[in-house]
Amino acid sequence: MLLADEKVAFLEELRQSVRAVCKAFSDTYWREIDEHQAYPTEFVKALTDAGFLAALIPEEYGGSGLGITEASVILEEINRSGGNSGACHAQMYTMGTILRHGSDNQKRMYLPKIADGSLRLQAFGVTEPNTGTDTTNLKTTAVRQGDHYIVNGQKVFISRTEHSDLMILLVRTTPVEQVTKKSEGLSVLLVDLREAVGNGLEIRPIKTMMNHSTTELFIENLKVPVENLIGEEGKGFRYILDGMNAERILIASECIGDGRWFIERATNYANDRVIFNRPISQNQGIQFPIARAFINIEAADLMRVKAAQLFDEGKSCGAEANMSKLLAADASWEAANVTLQTHGGYGFATEYDIERKFKETRLYQVAPISTNLILSFVGEHVLKMPKSY
Amino acid sequence: MNIFVLVKRTFDTEEKIVVTGGAIQEDGAEFIINPYDEYAIEEAIQVRDAQGGEVTVVTLGGEDAEKQLRTALAMGADKAVLINTEDDLDELDQFSAAYILAEYLKDKEADLILGGNVAIDGGSGQVGPRVAELLGINYVTTITKLEIDGKTVKIVRDVEGDSEVLEAELPLLVTAQQGLNEPRYPSLPGIMKAKKKPLEELELDDLDIDEDDVKAKTTTVEIYLPAQKVAGRVLEGDLSDQVKELVSLLHSEAKVV
Ligand SMILES: Cc1cc2nc3c(=O)[nH]c(=O)nc-3n(C[C@H](O)[C@H](O)[C@H](O)COP(=O)(O)OP(=O)(O)OC[C@H]3O[C@@H](n4cnc5c(N)ncnc54)[C@H](O)[C@@H]3O)c2cc1C
Repeated sequence: MLLADEKVAFLEELRQSVRAVCKAFSDTYWREIDEHQAYPTEFVKALTDAGFLAALIPEEYGGSGLGITEASVILEEINRSGGNSGACHAQMYTMGTILRHGSDNQKRMYLPKIADGSLRLQAFGVTEPNTGTDTTNLKTTAVRQGDHYIVNGQKVFISRTEHSDLMILLVRTTPVEQVTKKSEGLSVLLVDLREAVGNGLEIRPIKTMMNHSTTELFIENLKVPVENLIGEEGKGFRYILDGMNAERILIASECIGDGRWFIERATNYANDRVIFNRPISQNQGIQFPIARAFINIEAADLMRVKAAQLFDEGKSCGAEANMSKLLAADASWEAANVTLQTHGGYGFATEYDIERKFKETRLYQVAPISTNLILSFVGEHVLKMPKSY
Repeated sequence: MNIFVLVKRTFDTEEKIVVTGGAIQEDGAEFIINPYDEYAIEEAIQVRDAQGGEVTVVTLGGEDAEKQLRTALAMGADKAVLINTEDDLDELDQFSAAYILAEYLKDKEADLILGGNVAIDGGSGQVGPRVAELLGINYVTTITKLEIDGKTVKIVRDVEGDSEVLEAELPLLVTAQQGLNEPRYPSLPGIMKAKKKPLEELELDDLDIDEDDVKAKTTTVEIYLPAQKVAGRVLEGDLSDQVKELVSLLHSEAKVV
């Protein structure tokens, strides 16, 4: 299952180039951003200017037309450098909904600007306060009135809305009672946040454990032009599912990047820190957990590569994408915990950056999909056990 | 404008370097474009963008150096040339490198040739000036500013921390000092375009060079890492006792008085 030589060389070149961009953004930069719960505007600009966030956009629309394998390496390297892809990963893949299901007109109108960064589409509104994981039960509605949809409802934990020009919004266009399956009657709207805010849309930031620019949305009689419907009315849930595998693989890659960063920090610290007249790494109680966490990162990486390859070959990869996300999120969390333990009290001091990354990587157990839902996916769809919910 | 940049692949001195058996261990070492050559590449691209023309990056070495050439192409150079000496020569010194490069460049009608001020591995700073001598053109080393107006080139060069302002005529060879510019990193579209740019590979035969004519004139006797710094010693006690101890240590241990 080895990748062809040329591809390996290209991926290595890609890694080096992403590293070169990230090098200008030191631990201090990320630490200050974290302290002020600020958005890393300069970092995102550097990455955008260097074209990395347009990796997945086809060349005809101004991107580089690369696959998920390459995209995953880009995000991995950002996290590997100590940075946080969470600030901008969605600019890379949210456009997939337009690319796969948008009209020619929509593609021509939006994709080139998303590619050059002049238009930011990095907000994705699905989760709601009263329905959470039970997505198809969501309560936000859009009712057609002439040339517009009138949208009403509420969303929660919608990230980067304050740093995005457009938002993909999942709404119910046909009431549940009128559809045969709950997954029908949902639609995807493209909301222009620049016009919507103050005109039916209110954004309220949510303070969270880690810096993630996430928000709550209150939607009251928001008018969205009918031409901003993506694909067909009522098929929206399938469109959202279509993007999930890509997202799973990319999030897995960020976890792998985090994991590698943690292992490096833990190893260096354990070798340098001398207690009882010897480096603490000489103690099996310190050394073995680091080694085990490393092994688990490497194993998760293999599943990630497998999933990405299947994806890029256009083959079905739902199981592998989900499994790679679970393995990688577990492995990065294990590595985070081990690294914190290895650093003793210093791990809690912000200037060592461990607690920051520890908080950041913990998120991936819950969002964008929680571990339980992956287990239920594998139980039901791979192992053919009964649906558990 | 016909611009050439001389580029060297070197190990990254920011990474750990291991010396065994009088040679630097290649496995495990990281390889980069010599940082001073990066300034040269960046300047060449800027001159081309302002004046038009073409930038060709040239390196000497083995197959592995293709990677650094690709990076230069991804930064924006138009063409790359690898003069592969792997099969013909075991060792290259400043003399051989300059000779081969000059043979390659002699019929290229270069307007401007740029190189780094030194390579961070050998650190001789000789190759650029030697190439210019062999080609019979002017050269200016350690430049920090370059302005071209027609055939006239205005240059600021670094002289041990001071600046010297010079004027020269094209064709010209210059070597870049830190501060000349801020080298760009390759963008993703740059990397994609580089895949399609020409990378020519030449051997000594192609340049009609006889290997005996380019045999290194110097030999490397030994390679070693600088001695590890040991912790200093802090004297304690009465000031007069400390002075006495210091004098005695300078005498008995350091043997300098
Ligand atoms: C920082 C952050 C950023 C986010 N960004 C976005 C965003 O940009 N866009 C967006 O749409 N959403 C976003 N989310 C929301 C995220 O996707 C949800 O939090 C997640 O899907 C879980 O939904 P919930 O919080 O409502 O939990 P709930 O659905 O209430 O679930 C709570 C717990 O119960 C478990 N559970 C629920 N049902 C089952 C079951 N049947 N079997 C087993 N276990 C079950 C869950 O796994 C979870 O652990 C973000 C969340 C966070 C924290």
